[in-house]
Amino acid sequence: MAVLSYIQAVTEALKEEMKRDDKVFILGEDVGPKGGVFRATDGLYEEFGEERVLDTPLAESAIAGVGIGAAMYGMRPVAEMQFADFIMPAVNQIISEAAKTRYRSNNDWNCPITIRAPYGGGVHGALYHSQSIEAMFANVPGLKIVMPSTPYDVKGLLKASIRDEDPVLFLEHKKAYRLVKGEVPDEEYTLPIGKADVKKEGNDVTVISYGLCLHLALQAAEKLEKEGFSVHVLDLRTVYPLDKEAIEEAASKTGKVLLITEDNKEGSVMGEVAAIIAERCLFDLDAPVQRLAGPDVPAMPYAPPLEKEFMIDLDTIESAIRDLAEF
Amino acid sequence: MAKAITMPQLGESVTEGTISKWLVQPGDKVKKYDPIADVTSDKVNAEIPSSYTGTITELIAKEDETIEVGELICYIDVGDTEENYSSDSQHKAPTQEKEVSEQAKHEPSMKNRYSPAVVRLAQEHDIDLKSVQGTGRSGRITRKDVENIIQQNKEIPKKVEDERTESVAPSPPQHVNTQHSHNISVGTNDEKIPVRGVRKATAANMVKSKQEIPHAWTMVEADVTDLVNYRNSIKEDFKKKEGFSITILAFVIKAAAEALKEFPDVNAVWGGDHIIRKNSVHISIAVAADDGLYVPVIRDADEKSIKGIAKAVSELAKKGRNGQLTIEDMQGGTFTVNNTGSFGSVQSVPIINHPQAAIMSLESIIKKPVVMEGDMIAIRSMVYLCLSLDHRMLDGLTVGRFLARIKEKLEDVQHFKGHIY
Amino acid sequence: MAVKHEQLGLSDEDVLLMYEKMLLARKIDERLWLLNRAGKIPFVVSCQGQEAAQVGAAMALDTEIDYVLPYYRDVGIVLSFGMTCEELMLFSFARAGDPNSGGRQMPGHFGQKKNRIVTSSSPVTTQVPHAVGIALAAKMEKKDFVTLVTFGEGSSNQGDFHEGLNFAGVHNLPVIFLCENNQYAISVPLDKQLACERVSDRAAGYGMPGITVDGNDPLAVYEAVKQAADRARDGEGPSLIETTFYRFTPHSSDDDDSTYRSKEEVEEAKKNDPLRTFASYLKDAQILTEENENAMNKKITEVIDEATDAAEQAPYADPSSIYKYVYAEKDGDN
Repeated sequence: MAVLSYIQAVTEALKEEMKRDDKVFILGEDVGPKGGVFRATDGLYEEFGEERVLDTPLAESAIAGVGIGAAMYGMRPVAEMQFADFIMPAVNQIISEAAKTRYRSNNDWNCPITIRAPYGGGVHGALYHSQSIEAMFANVPGLKIVMPSTPYDVKGLLKASIRDEDPVLFLEHKKAYRLVKGEVPDEEYTLPIGKADVKKEGNDVTVISYGLCLHLALQAAEKLEKEGFSVHVLDLRTVYPLDKEAIEEAASKTGKVLLITEDNKEGSVMGEVAAIIAERCLFDLDAPVQRLAGPDVPAMPYAPPLEKEFMIDLDTIESAIRDLAEF
Repeated sequence: MAKAITMPQLGESVTEGTISKWLVQPGDKVKKYDPIADVTSDKVNAEIPSSYTGTITELIAKEDETIEVGELICYIDVGDTEENYSSDSQHKAPTQEKEVSEQAKHEPSMKNRYSPAVVRLAQEHDIDLKSVQGTGRSGRITRKDVENIIQQNKEIPKKVEDERTESVAPSPPQHVNTQHSHNISVGTNDEKIPVRGVRKATAANMVKSKQEIPHAWTMVEADVTDLVNYRNSIKEDFKKKEGFSITILAFVIKAAAEALKEFPDVNAVWGGDHIIRKNSVHISIAVAADDGLYVPVIRDADEKSIKGIAKAVSELAKKGRNGQLTIEDMQGGTFTVNNTGSFGSVQSVPIINHPQAAIMSLESIIKKPVVMEGDMIAIRSMVYLCLSLDHRMLDGLTVGRFLARIKEKLEDVQHFKGHIY
Repeated sequence: MAVKHEQLGLSDEDVLLMYEKMLLARKIDERLWLLNRAGKIPFVVSCQGQEAAQVGAAMALDTEIDYVLPYYRDVGIVLSFGMTCEELMLFSFARAGDPNSGGRQMPGHFGQKKNRIVTSSSPVTTQVPHAVGIALAAKMEKKDFVTLVTFGEGSSNQGDFHEGLNFAGVHNLPVIFLCENNQYAISVPLDKQLACERVSDRAAGYGMPGITVDGNDPLAVYEAVKQAADRARDGEGPSLIETTFYRFTPHSSDDDDSTYRSKEEVEEAKKNDPLRTFASYLKDAQILTEENENAMNKKITEVIDEATDAAEQAPYADPSSIYKYVYAEKDGDN
């Protein structure tokens, strides 16, 4: 087992899939000789050449749209949006085209594209390099949205996304890129898309989260364990379509549920998670379902104290869990 | 004034940097923005500038060492210059006092606000939430509180099942509903004692008795001065001769047994839709042991001498203390005499030993000033005899006469004198 | 003049077939309007006036290997690429047997994988980057096919047009961008759509040749597309071809074009109806005779009648099928 950083797991997954299948190729801005602005495609241009690690013009709709066309033909494109915040020009392509290709053609055509995008804040990226965008896509049947939290999940799920027969929006937390490290098996593996993962067992309070917040939740859980609170932590991993059974199971386990996302609160995927719990778990609930999320302001500002005010921190999570436990 | 210089964040997503070369040494004077070290990160290679004007005092990070963003790399003595004060103002962001939920402290009682889970569990398991002590905020009953009660209730019947196979149980517990009123939660300072074995059986019988039998109660007072004196006069010799004590209880049982023969209606058991008048007089006596109350039986008490009764009492008490009582020892009683006086009680309301018709308690003998014949006051040894009766089978008249008869016997010590052996 | 098709290497049979396809497209379209006005089909979006450009372009391609991404008026193109009249009728009747979508999409949203007709949507111009992607795949896979994508002149204002053309220009991809300029984007005329004179002027910005041809002349369109296809196959990259003609019908069965254009304008345009002008070319060349024209009309009427009846009697998809094919349903699905 090697210890990889989150971003190394991205690179490894890309490299392995490109070796495995000639139809896999990368397209995006600065993905070539530079290896990506975050260096996610580091070394791939050298190894696989210009055609398979394609620097595109600066035009997101074309990156998505050209990738979609290639995918319809039968290629396995991995399109990179430099920042999730810049995905907006490509939304029509992703929602109207990729997500609906199979359905509108009655299963005649399909679109196996993977669109990678770094999201999330806490990196002094300000309004347009910090956003969480998943909620905008989390109402689009036909699309899958994967948001892994650990290097192990990154590698297994990115490989699975590339092999998936349908479009996958693969969102990587940019602060996790170098902050989060973890063991990754040397041998080949993939992980199932659409399956949440219990990252920690517990029976006083259930925390459901994903991405970087998941790590904060785990840290808080460990701390609270010493005080005698037992926290159950579920990592959604795929935020669309949601693993409803896993959510139901985790929520029912304790009846006290805290949902954490870095996204703006209103309309976040956690609203849907809460609805699933409300629909399925009413008679197991022992406390109001709680959400911790970013505030409902457009995005996080640049100035460090303002950014900090936006981001959810360990103390907030800790006190929210304690609050529920004591309720 | 020493300031700390920390590893800056060189690029988005970068969380650490490696000092490839220090450009300053301790003692070097540097101006603000002078380069102090070469740093490489995943994204960039850069010279990092000093944040202050001053003199480097100590290099903390070593060359080629990877330092997390925000970690200390060196110290610089900055003196007291103005510009240096402002330079780290960004770190002193106004920390907003998070409003501590004062509200929580003054929250109204949550005792009667039930969550859906609590309501469901209470209904499914027939738990009266009014009697549950909540451990949640402001006394709220939590799902765990209810789950704990359910868990306790599950464990009890299971253990009783286990113990039923052992012969130590006094009388096999009957399947009466003892599940009610178990919904009292255990507070943090309370000790939870499982109910099992004899205590469980006692509980079951008592509940059955109390629930089924319409109890009535009456009491008489007997002057046992003469009896006490008599008993004291023979006590030591008797003990020496027989090896066990002759007690007041033995006389009382004798008197009761005789009275039962005279009042057969009291020597009866309830048969559901009929009364069974018993021919034999088998007197149950209560024997306290560490693990609970046993009610063994003195058979044919009416045929026994006072010595025989005393012997039986002594043996049964010993067996009870040693845990040697068998089910046979405890079966077939027709009337119960309970020596509540032995632990200082002066008056009690005994619960009938189901399915018998009545139970009598012998209370403490107390010396009291008593108005005697001719309005003289004397100090006498007095005792209360309390009796609970099954009002289905008996009524006040019969029982009043029955008690009066026992009183009469006890007050007439001559009556006993020929019956010790 | 009458020998133009020979100069292009087309036989008499080829041009007769060309005319027959144009006529079939027109007749199908006319039938669809009748069915709509009879309340039998909810919606029609028409090809009338554009058949020459569509059929001329399609016949310049290799319909065995090339890919086509038509827009919603391209009845002439899909017929040329192998879709049948009955399949088009099933589409308009929204029946389960519709190969484009199984009755899921509005008419005009063509797609049929076996004929390499790529599935399409309603937001316009999204197909342009797709065509570039397919052309990119051809280049990567070293395949000999070219990709043709069509769109209206209004679409040439969309970002996807510019992003797609630029991408194809930069990466020198084997793709043909065919603009079907029918003068109106629903109600808005050309001079409110373009600041430059022609759509083809825009090609210069993306490093590719751009030409404008008479879209009422199938042979002119054939010639232009043929050249572009040859260039593409030779590795010389993309081309932009603008074909110009006039939309004879309202935008769709739900549009009243009298609110924005005069009857006289439409009647004037119909003087250049490509079916009439190409028929007279063929008659002049004695390729189209009264005899074979009657036979052709009879045959087309029969085909359309049969197709209409068959489609009308065909079943709808089961309502429970609505839940199918959101995602691959099993591992074997692609």
